[in-house]
Amino acid sequence: MRWALTALALSFIGAFLILPLVIVFKEALANGFGEAWSAITDPDARSAIRLTLITAAIAVPLNAAFGVSASWAVTKFDFWGKGFLVTLIDLPFSVSPVVSGLIYVLVFGLQGWLGTWLRDRDLRIIFSLPGIVLATMFVTFPFVARELIPLMMDQGRDEEEAAVSLGASGWSTFLRVTLPNIKWGLLYGVLLCNARAMGEFGAVSVVSGHIRGLTDTMPLHIEALYNDYQYVGAFAVASLLALSALVTLTLKSFLEWHYADEISAAHHH
Amino acid sequence: MTITTVAPLAARWRNPSTLPGFGLSLGFTLFYLSAIVLIPLAALIIRPWEIGWSGFWAVLSDARVLHALKLSFGASLIAAAINTVFGLIVAWVLVRYRFPGKRLVDALVDLPFALPTAVAGIALSALYARNGWIGQPLQTLGITVAYTPLGVVMALTFIGLPFVVRTLQPILVDLGMESEEAASTLGATRLQTIRRVVLPMLAPSLLTGAALAFARAVGEYGSVIFIAGNLPGVSEIAPLLIIIKLNENDYAAAAAIGVIMLAISFVMLLTLNLLQTWTATRR
Repeated sequence: MRWALTALALSFIGAFLILPLVIVFKEALANGFGEAWSAITDPDARSAIRLTLITAAIAVPLNAAFGVSASWAVTKFDFWGKGFLVTLIDLPFSVSPVVSGLIYVLVFGLQGWLGTWLRDRDLRIIFSLPGIVLATMFVTFPFVARELIPLMMDQGRDEEEAAVSLGASGWSTFLRVTLPNIKWGLLYGVLLCNARAMGEFGAVSVVSGHIRGLTDTMPLHIEALYNDYQYVGAFAVASLLALSALVTLTLKSFLEWHYADEISAAHHH
Repeated sequence: MTITTVAPLAARWRNPSTLPGFGLSLGFTLFYLSAIVLIPLAALIIRPWEIGWSGFWAVLSDARVLHALKLSFGASLIAAAINTVFGLIVAWVLVRYRFPGKRLVDALVDLPFALPTAVAGIALSALYARNGWIGQPLQTLGITVAYTPLGVVMALTFIGLPFVVRTLQPILVDLGMESEEAASTLGATRLQTIRRVVLPMLAPSLLTGAALAFARAVGEYGSVIFIAGNLPGVSEIAPLLIIIKLNENDYAAAAAIGVIMLAISFVMLLTLNLLQTWTATRR
């Protein structure tokens, strides 16, 4: 029974997780390393890589700042409507990625609330970087907050209250007392947030406009190549994202094994 | 003087605290939440009303839209069911048994969270194509996966896989072996123990995990569109239809489909909270 179950579990994992991972690298190298390399270093691919990195570099720190601020408000104070606020913070996780992009089109698109106002001032949000960043911020919105809230709830307020009663200012209490306590949890949240920010497809697809070399992120560039039947190129760019996913998983497991007590108990999404 | 006038007012909606930064942190939180999440979502909810109830109804009762919604919800339900069975087996094996490479397998379970959906999409599509590693053997059995609703189910199974495993694992660890040992000392067979003792204790978290996987699958786009082939009325999912309506500049129709999906997700979220409260009281 034991061996049968183990074999069943491992073959399920093998078919559903390992094979898809292996085939990405196999297809990327189907015509040798040279062709994969030239697909990655192609100007359009390089611009897609740059756009993906820029987007993550803006969206992740903003969401991290929000996560810290929200957790401070929720865990250090008691106020009316707190439970509702926490539910609202989690809301983006239950919204379809496509809907996450759609809502910004409805606000900033040409037929959206601010469409004509933006057009008269020659400002572009949809089909341009700000829209891509906004959509990415929406889908990665809860990651840091939902990691920190249970952690800071567990840690309580005693240490901060002691620091303040000894005359420390609010900022130095945060920097010297709270931050050292939450740093691994914060890093864990940032790691997950970054992985999703770099890989987001549906939401970004709606707001990007798919202009090659300009508003295509890495996942969108993969789609464009794939639809052009340039499979080697598509899988070559995909293998970069797959590698970064493996790095994310390694770091994540490392944090879980070494700092289990310092990152929160609730680890499912 | 100021303290005596402010304190009773503030006390009505929050308890006094010695810690600073309440105004700043809550203010920034509410501003950011409103700007990024609440106001744009309001735009979605308001939009379909410009075509009125009848227009809203016309969009949703269109055969193509109905089929896409049915496919999205049906395939998500099947995928969640597959993940419930295999997720239970994987979680059980990972918690109860020891085997070489166990930590690696455990870490790998989170791959669908870490791997971008577009990458998963083209990988699954290559794997299940008629000449693919899994697609070809299935083809000889007469089963076509790529470009059929079955392909949608496969993609949704992939992305929902971690939810059941990760929800069950801590529960299984907490559960220990005592109740099972007690049952077998009292003369229960292994099968009876599992059916009468283990499964009822796991039921709430199994349901929670399945609901999480289902909620994620309903809105999923990236991993599905490559393998599905997107034939209208056959393998076209609801999120794709939103994009098609947007490309036709039919914002109201796109928003109408979005609102329906959001409403169903919201019901799912509420159900989940109830399930989690139930799990907490059962533990």
